[in-house]
Amino acid sequence: MTDHTEMLKQERNTPWRVELRNSVPGKDRIAIERVKMNEVEPLERIKSQTCEVNCGLTPEQALHEARRCMDCVNPTCIEGCPVSINIPKFVKQIEAGKFLDAAATLKEFSALPAVCGRVCPQEKQCELKCFYSEKMNKEPVAIGYLERFAADYERLSGKIQIPKVEERNGIKVAAIGSGPSSLSFAGDMIKLGYEVTVFEALHEIGGVLKYGIPEFRLPNSVVDVELENLKEMGVNFEKNFVVGRTASFDDLKELGYKAFFIGSGAGLPNFMNIPGENLNGVMSSNEYLTRVNLMYANQSDSDTPIMLGKRVAVVGGGNTAMDAVRTSKRLGAERSLIVYRRSREEMPARLEEVKHAEEEGIEFMNLANPVEYMPNAEGRVAKARFQRMKLGEPDASGRRKPVAIEGDIFDIDVDLVIVAIGVSPNPLIPACLPGLKISRWGTIEVNEETMQSSIPEIFAGGDIVRGGATVILAMGDGRKAAASMHRYLQEKQKK
Amino acid sequence: MNKIVEKYKLSESVFKFIVEAPMIAKSRKPGNFVILRIGDRGERIPLTIVDSDTEKGTITLIVQNVGVSSSKFCQLEAGELITDLVGPLGKATHIYKAGTILALGGGVGIAPLYPIVEAFKKAGNRVITVLAARNKELLILENEMRQWSDEVIVMTDDGSSGRKGLVTEGAEEVIKREKVDECVAIGPAIMMKFCAQLTKKYEVPTQVSLNTIMVDGTGMCGACRVTVNGETKFTCIDGPEFNAHQVDFDEMLQRLRAYKSEEDQARNKK
Ligand SMILES: Cc1cc2nc3c(=O)[nH]c(=O)nc-3n(C[C@H](O)[C@H](O)[C@H](O)COP(=O)(O)OP(=O)(O)OC[C@H]3O[C@@H](n4cnc5c(N)ncnc54)[C@H](O)[C@@H]3O)c2cc1C
Ligand SMILES: Cc1cc2nc3c(=O)[nH]c(=O)nc-3n(C[C@H](O)[C@H](O)[C@H](O)COP(=O)(O)OP(=O)(O)OC[C@H]3O[C@@H](n4cnc5c(N)ncnc54)[C@H](O)[C@@H]3O)c2cc1C
Ligand code: SF4
Ligand code: SF4
Ligand code: FES
Repeated sequence: MTDHTEMLKQERNTPWRVELRNSVPGKDRIAIERVKMNEVEPLERIKSQTCEVNCGLTPEQALHEARRCMDCVNPTCIEGCPVSINIPKFVKQIEAGKFLDAAATLKEFSALPAVCGRVCPQEKQCELKCFYSEKMNKEPVAIGYLERFAADYERLSGKIQIPKVEERNGIKVAAIGSGPSSLSFAGDMIKLGYEVTVFEALHEIGGVLKYGIPEFRLPNSVVDVELENLKEMGVNFEKNFVVGRTASFDDLKELGYKAFFIGSGAGLPNFMNIPGENLNGVMSSNEYLTRVNLMYANQSDSDTPIMLGKRVAVVGGGNTAMDAVRTSKRLGAERSLIVYRRSREEMPARLEEVKHAEEEGIEFMNLANPVEYMPNAEGRVAKARFQRMKLGEPDASGRRKPVAIEGDIFDIDVDLVIVAIGVSPNPLIPACLPGLKISRWGTIEVNEETMQSSIPEIFAGGDIVRGGATVILAMGDGRKAAASMHRYLQEKQKK
Repeated sequence: MNKIVEKYKLSESVFKFIVEAPMIAKSRKPGNFVILRIGDRGERIPLTIVDSDTEKGTITLIVQNVGVSSSKFCQLEAGELITDLVGPLGKATHIYKAGTILALGGGVGIAPLYPIVEAFKKAGNRVITVLAARNKELLILENEMRQWSDEVIVMTDDGSSGRKGLVTEGAEEVIKREKVDECVAIGPAIMMKFCAQLTKKYEVPTQVSLNTIMVDGTGMCGACRVTVNGETKFTCIDGPEFNAHQVDFDEMLQRLRAYKSEEDQARNKK
């Protein structure tokens, strides 16, 4: 830790940083207003599932925003970032106009800066810890926007720097799943010289980045560029391959794989087990979003069907619920409704998504919980019955627990209900590895420092370890696992 | 991409494909299925693995042309490629020495029944197979089934092959005649529903293999959910085989119709 602090200090004292810092007085920096993200107008953007809402910053806006950063002696923002990105360094590189250098700095810490700049819950992480929000009660430096700017600038410049990789050492390792945890694991291991194969069950690489998060928040092209880079570095991708089914771990060992990283995610959708939940027109957010984002069911040339709704209720208050409800609006719903059992403050979704949803005309019905769905004559859902809730005492998580208000029940006409109340870990891998230690929630138990599981050659990270979490945490896990798998394999070689 | 090695026409609307898939050929067990996709914007459809050849590295699929995706598959010829193919998925059939097995197959359901009949026979059971189809032309795998069955009874709706009547009539005859230890029924949902009613009456334990609508086939979406013994189960990972006497067939029949209008539209468009 002290090494790290020392290094940050040294970097902060490099002449260009000192000069830049002194070029604008602190009080002038503080006086600058936080930049506003350019956005496509709500009425325009809801016409298309693929139109990205945020347009990104212009170079002028980025320079302006970067100037706000005080280049603090004690940059608390870094503490808020799960992968400890050297935030002041990359921000000051932007201020100095060295955009490609800023991108390179980001890449030292994060495998997917263009992704995290778009989907990180910044307001709960780096930006929450910024000097502006912590000490000045002002709007924080727009770290996420700047991160996205630098990464996009590099991508669009056509001057993407492919990181150097060590010479191949001939040792084969596998990553299971192709979500952000596996991708960052693969990136680090390939740099270290390993032969890396990523196995993915679906016909597309990217995990939730492809099948879950819609293009209006994260364009597929942004993810694809990152995938191309990994390919260029030598990572091998095997699609349509379910580890534990297509081949067992033993089969893979026989093929020469020495160690494994499991990043299989928490894909299993939860349901509430209430009457009518299996009616046609009631589905999980995973099904709805997969049909649209992975199968393009909303486009006329796709063979996959989609159920359209005029009156859509989405149950839940997380990012998944926001993505589903905003998708329904884009697919032509007249009324799209979020139904959440707690109040607005407890909503786990990113602030920006809630704001965008509101601008797009999404209705929010807080403190309500479905208790039953009723069909029409054709057996499709036609009405949803809700229980009104109030907030009671705080529960184990510290959030106030929703409790039913006795007798306060009401019905709403719906023709599509999307259940987005969370996911459970996919049981497939644990089921085929009897020696693997599993928690009572079905997640894989690992040593938090090394991400190593109860089976020495198996490491794990991302949602399969944490339950539903975030992209950046998954990436951090992948990196940690790569570093410790490297140590583990080196030790083993010596023996 | 998986190459089609051979293609056979089994009836006007049913085709058999031998497909290159060496890994799947090795790891598949009776009861497993694959999901495949034809074309860039193709749908993911589940098909049972009917047979495999580990030496040649191939699997056998039998598909009935019922809609857009199955028809795209049926149009492919030997030498052409399947865009995506993944498997083996689903739980394998529990094969053991039970005594006498009654195997009931209807329509294209005879295809998924075939590897199960073979496995039960190889496990030392007496196997009586009842095959049912609308007419002679639609009856598939009769000879192959004879190879692994002690007796085969054929029923057709119009009497053009075997006897005239429904699969349940043939089944009831056998149950009345001798002790049946276990029954396996695979076919259209409505057929499985009536088979389940019949064997429940005679208290014969019965397995069915459910052909629900699926998307991913790996437990991720819940499109395939069914109610079994009052609980919601995912056919792709908890099944596809379930205790027939616990399945809510009416709900399943309803859910199979979920995309009816969209499918009809798609068929008319293409
Ligand atoms: C709709 C939605 C919106 C979200 N929005 C945000 C957001 O805005 N910000 C944020 O930070 N987080 C968000 N999240 C959460 C975030 O996406 C996840 O935390 C993150 O993707 C987890 O990454 P992962 O690497 O663990 O695996 P995943 O991304 O879940 O990928 C796992 C992959 O493994 C594959 N797999 C599973 N089993 C096997 C097997 N046996 N063999 C081969 N492959 C297998 C799966 O098919 C899948 O592709 C969102 C999630 C969803 C669903
Ligand atoms: C585990 C499993 C194994 C299967 N094995 C086989 C097999 O070995 N051979 C085979 O031919 N088929 C099999 N099926 C059924 C096959 O997947 C469907 O026939 C196919 O998906 C239909 O797609 P389509 O686009 O051609 O037809 P669609 O246009 O989607 O549908 C055409 C008609 O078929 C009905 N239908 C749709 N999906 C199904 C379904 N899953 N089951 C029954 N009817 C359906 C529709 O309601 C409609 O009336 C299996 C299904 C499952 C779940
Ligand atoms: S990765 Fe996320 S938390 Fe870290 S600096 Fe970037 S936006 Fe902030
Ligand atoms: S805390 Fe805020 S102002 Fe200080 S260095 Fe970090 S981003 Fe800049
Ligand atoms: S097909 Fe998606 S969960 Fe079974």
